[in-house]
Amino acid sequence: MAALTIRALRKSYGVVEVLKGIDLEARSGEFVALVGPSGCGKSTLLAMIAGLETVTSGEIRIGDRLVNAVEPKDRDIAMVFQSYALYPTMTVRENITFGMQSRRVPKAEQETAVKRVAALLQIEPLLRRKPGQLSGGQRQRVAMGRALVRDPALFLFDEPLSNLDAKLRVDMRVEIKKLHQRVAKTTIYVTHDQVEAMTLASRIAVMQAGSVQQFDEPQRIYDRPANMFVAGFMGSPAMNFIPAEMMDVDGRPALAVRTARGGTAMLALRNGAGAPARGREVILGVRPEHLSRVDPAQPPRAGLATLEAPVEVVEPTGAETMAILRVGDLEIVGRFAPDLAPRMGETVTLGVDMTRACLFDPETQRLI
Amino acid sequence: MADVAFGAATVPERDAVLARRRWLWGRIVVYGGLSLFAVVYLVPLLVVVLNSFRDLPEIARHGLIAWPRSFSFHAWPEAWGTFCVGGTCAGMKANFVNSLKMTIPATVISTLFGAVNGYVLTKWRFRGSEALFGCMLLGVFMPGQIALMPWAFLLGKLHLTNTTSGLVLIHVVQGLSFATLFCRNYYLSIPDDLIKAARIDGAGFWRIFAKIVLPLSPPILIVTVIWQFTGIWNEFLYAVVFTSGTQQPITAALVALATNGTNVRNYDVMSAAVLIGALPPLLVYLFGGKYFVRGLTQGAIK
Repeated sequence: MAALTIRALRKSYGVVEVLKGIDLEARSGEFVALVGPSGCGKSTLLAMIAGLETVTSGEIRIGDRLVNAVEPKDRDIAMVFQSYALYPTMTVRENITFGMQSRRVPKAEQETAVKRVAALLQIEPLLRRKPGQLSGGQRQRVAMGRALVRDPALFLFDEPLSNLDAKLRVDMRVEIKKLHQRVAKTTIYVTHDQVEAMTLASRIAVMQAGSVQQFDEPQRIYDRPANMFVAGFMGSPAMNFIPAEMMDVDGRPALAVRTARGGTAMLALRNGAGAPARGREVILGVRPEHLSRVDPAQPPRAGLATLEAPVEVVEPTGAETMAILRVGDLEIVGRFAPDLAPRMGETVTLGVDMTRACLFDPETQRLI
Repeated sequence: MADVAFGAATVPERDAVLARRRWLWGRIVVYGGLSLFAVVYLVPLLVVVLNSFRDLPEIARHGLIAWPRSFSFHAWPEAWGTFCVGGTCAGMKANFVNSLKMTIPATVISTLFGAVNGYVLTKWRFRGSEALFGCMLLGVFMPGQIALMPWAFLLGKLHLTNTTSGLVLIHVVQGLSFATLFCRNYYLSIPDDLIKAARIDGAGFWRIFAKIVLPLSPPILIVTVIWQFTGIWNEFLYAVVFTSGTQQPITAALVALATNGTNVRNYDVMSAAVLIGALPPLLVYLFGGKYFVRGLTQGAIK
C-alpha cells in the first residue's frame, strides 16, 4: 500500500509557479529522497506534505486519506527541520514530550516513550539539558528523538544534516540509515546532497525547476539518468558529455567522436539500448569511472572502445586519482586507481566502457 | 653597548608615556564634560528634594534655591494625606492610588495585546497584515492631542467620562502602537521553524504563544512594561482633560496643587508631592533600567 501519494500537485505564489505538477508516491516503509539544486521546489513540496504550505491544486494522500485541507497536527506526520527547531526554553525531555502533552497522552505512556527514544538515540544523559547546551550532533539527535517519539505514519526530513560539519554528517548519515532499517517507517527526505540521496534512499526523486525529472531507484538513476540534468546532477565528478554522430561500422552502430588532434575516433555502441538513426547528432554521456587506461598493444576487452587523449591535469585524492583529459575541444574527467593513473603531459589510450554509455538527444536533452 | 641598548629602548618608551598622558587627558575631558552635564541635569531634582525637607517660612525668607537651614519631615505626610486642595483635605493619596489603578491595568493589558499582535503579525501573517501593521505604526507618530476630541466623544458614549476606567481604555488603545512595534520587531528574530515544529507537534495558536513564544519574550516584555508604565504614569494631557477632583491621577492633581486658590505657595508640600508623583517611574527605572537597555539591543535567540 502506498503510504504517500501525490498527484498533479501544483503550487503558485501569485504568478510564480514553484511546483509544476508533481506526481510521486512512497510505498509503506520506503525511504524516498527528494534531491535537487536550491530553488527546485523540494522544500516547498515537503512543507506541503507537512501541511505547512497550502495546496494550489492537485492531491496529497497520506495512506488513503486525502489531506489537502488537513491541519499539520492531524496528518500523522513528524518532521525534522534543517535548523532542528528545538524549543530553546525547554529541556530536552520537555522538547520530546511537548507533542505528547499537546495531544494529552497519559503521563505514564509519555514516560515509556521518552525512555524508548532516549535509549534508541543514546541521549539519556542529555534529557535535563537545554538545547543551548548541546553540540550540533546532539541537537540533531534530539530533533530526531522528537520526531521518533510520535510513531507517525510518515517521517519528513528537511535537509537535516546540512548544518553539521563534514565528518559528523557522514556519521549521522549512517545513523539515520540504521535508524530507518530499525524502525522501518515511511520517510521523505529532502537534501541537496546527491551522496546523501544515493546512500539513504530506496527511491530518489530528482527535482529541478518545480518538476520531478526522474523518480527511480538510486542505481537506475545513476546508470540510466532520464535526461542530461539528472545525469549531471547525480554523481561526482559529474558525467562527461561528449557530442558525437551516429555512424555505421561494419553494419554495427558506432559513435564518431572528434579527438584532440582533429582526428575522429569510432566508438562501437554496446549499451543494449536501441541505436538511433545513422547520421543523427547525439550526446554521449560517460561517467568518469567508466574511463580506463588500456594497453594499445593488447586488443581491448569486449565493450571497450578506445581513443587517444592528452592528459591536461592530474588530481590525486589518495584513494583515487582524477585526470582531466582532452577530447576534441572538450575537457573530460576520468577516475583512475592511483597506480594506473595517467601522468601529466602524457597522451593515453583511453578505454571507454560502451556497455555503460548513455546517449542523449541534443535537442530535448532526454535519454535515448 | 649598554648605551646603545638604552637609547634604543627609550624612544618607544617615551612614546608610550606620551600616549598614556594623551589618553589620560582625553578621559579627563570626556568624564569632566559628562559630569558637568549630569550636575546641570540633577540640580533641579536636588532643589526639589531639599525643599521638601525645608520649613516653609525658611523657604520664604531665603528663597527657593538656597542651602537648607532647617530640616523637617512634615511636608511629606502633609502632601500624602492632609493637604487641602479645592476644599478637600486629603492630600495626594487618592490621586496616587488613581494613578496606580490607571497605570497598572493599562500597562499589563496593552503589553499583552502588544505581544499577541506582534505574534500574529510575525508568525500568523495573512493577506494585508503588513498594511495593518503600517496603520498601527501611525499611532507611534501621531500626537495625542489629535485624538482628544474623538476620545471625548467616545468616553461620553461609553459613560466613562471622569473615571479611571476611561483613562485605562485610552492608554490601552494609545499604547498599542508602541507595544506592538516592540514585540513584532522582537518576534521577527524567533525562527519560524519553531512555530512550524510546534504546529506539527499538535499545538494550536494559543498553546504555541504560551509555551514557545512567551517564554522567549521576557527581554522585550520588560522593555514594553517599562516604556508603558513610565509613559502612562507621566501622561498629563488626557488626565487633566477627562478627569477632575478626586478622580484625577497624580500628574493632573499636581497642577491643581499649584493653582490652589490661596495666595500662599506651599513650596515644601509641593516639592514633596512632586517627588511622590515621580517616585514610581523612578523605581521602575532603577530596577528595570539595565533590562531596558539590554532588551532594546538584544535578539530573541543567538
